[in-house]
Amino acid sequence: MSDLQKRLTSLDRTVHPPYLYPDYKSTVKRAPQKPLVISPQTLSELTAPVFGHDDIGELDHDLTKNAVVNGEPLGERIIVTGRILDEFRRPIPNVLVEIWQANAAGRYIHKLDQHDAPLDPNFGGAGRIVTDTNGEYRFTSIRPGAYPWRNHSNAWRPPHIHFSVFGRAFISRLVTQMYFPGDPLLAFDPIYNGIPDANGRASLIAAYDHDITQPEWALGYRFDIVLNGSHMTPFETKEA
Amino acid sequence: MQSQHLPQTPSQTVGPFFHFGLFSRKDQHILVTDETRGQRIFITGQVIDGDGVPIPDALLEIWQADASGHFNHPSDPDYMQADPNFRHFGRSATTGSGFLFKTIKPGCVDYESARKQAPHINVRLFARGMLTHAYTRLYFSDEAAANASDPILNLIEVERRTTLIAQRQPGDDLPTYCLNIHLQGADETVFFEP
Repeated sequence: MSDLQKRLTSLDRTVHPPYLYPDYKSTVKRAPQKPLVISPQTLSELTAPVFGHDDIGELDHDLTKNAVVNGEPLGERIIVTGRILDEFRRPIPNVLVEIWQANAAGRYIHKLDQHDAPLDPNFGGAGRIVTDTNGEYRFTSIRPGAYPWRNHSNAWRPPHIHFSVFGRAFISRLVTQMYFPGDPLLAFDPIYNGIPDANGRASLIAAYDHDITQPEWALGYRFDIVLNGSHMTPFETKEA
Repeated sequence: MQSQHLPQTPSQTVGPFFHFGLFSRKDQHILVTDETRGQRIFITGQVIDGDGVPIPDALLEIWQADASGHFNHPSDPDYMQADPNFRHFGRSATTGSGFLFKTIKPGCVDYESARKQAPHINVRLFARGMLTHAYTRLYFSDEAAANASDPILNLIEVERRTTLIAQRQPGDDLPTYCLNIHLQGADETVFFEP
């Protein structure tokens, strides 16, 4: 077995955005320029934090409740649910999923967000959950608003929810963003369009799912996430 | 990868506003408690862009073995020996003055049956302007002999190895090791594809 033989699948660079994507201006001075060094997967790369449900508070998954001060947050209530999977459709249980987002008006609670839109005293915009035995997560939240940024003239970020996901191994880590179907701003967004492949871009758009929608309560969206780091087993390389 | 396999979900930038989402626990840069075994150390440094300017809104995550070189994870055959009072995982957001971790000097992690790696810390970097994260390693300046035989460092041309070696700072207090991560330029840090 050679040193560089991989036990787990690496990041697929045909799927993930390149470091340099000049339409997204901040990449120009922040993109590494030298080739990556292909390296072996040692114990340091094959291990990762182990999470338990004790790590999570009771309301952490419900962004409509976890920052309430004196009333309900404003905006359209949504449920976002899905599974964390490996590339062979195997669910990944017991991994931490963290999300953060702007409020319904397009304003982050972050102190550096100076967008002239109102904060919501009853909405924080952060959530956490550990996937269950089926690899499923489920958040209740408020549909985030679009907001302007300074990348180019009249630039607007399409409404999105940031996702941070751990896998079973150090190398399986993913931070991404979930978008909403039918959004006309996606065509103008260089962060979204930095993804090289049309199928890859489409995979970040949640699907509206009427079966998840709860009557007289909240609209439902499904968003599955596929991580690298799948175990490569010998017989799979022999298949046609 | 065959067609029946699912394609990976693409990465997107962490953006500038991740702090309230990822730091609900404020002490994630501290990996030790009073009970943790090993030599306490500080890790500091800056993330520097192509203009030579420190990046004030990057996110670093570290992952390392405990003082005896073990991980509390089932992929480590000796995980039962891992220090239950050590966190292995840490997060630090950079400010204008960089990042900071309080941890322990890791032990040597097995490489192959008869070989060890030099003490090292895995470092993952996220930032506004990085659509996909980057992965590098931090080694220690006072481990010259172990570094010289480390199988990962030996994949790299000699003159670039220094970009991964944190320099021990003079002083009598807790050992502090400093490593600046350069995203571009002559001193560009080596990033890996494991």
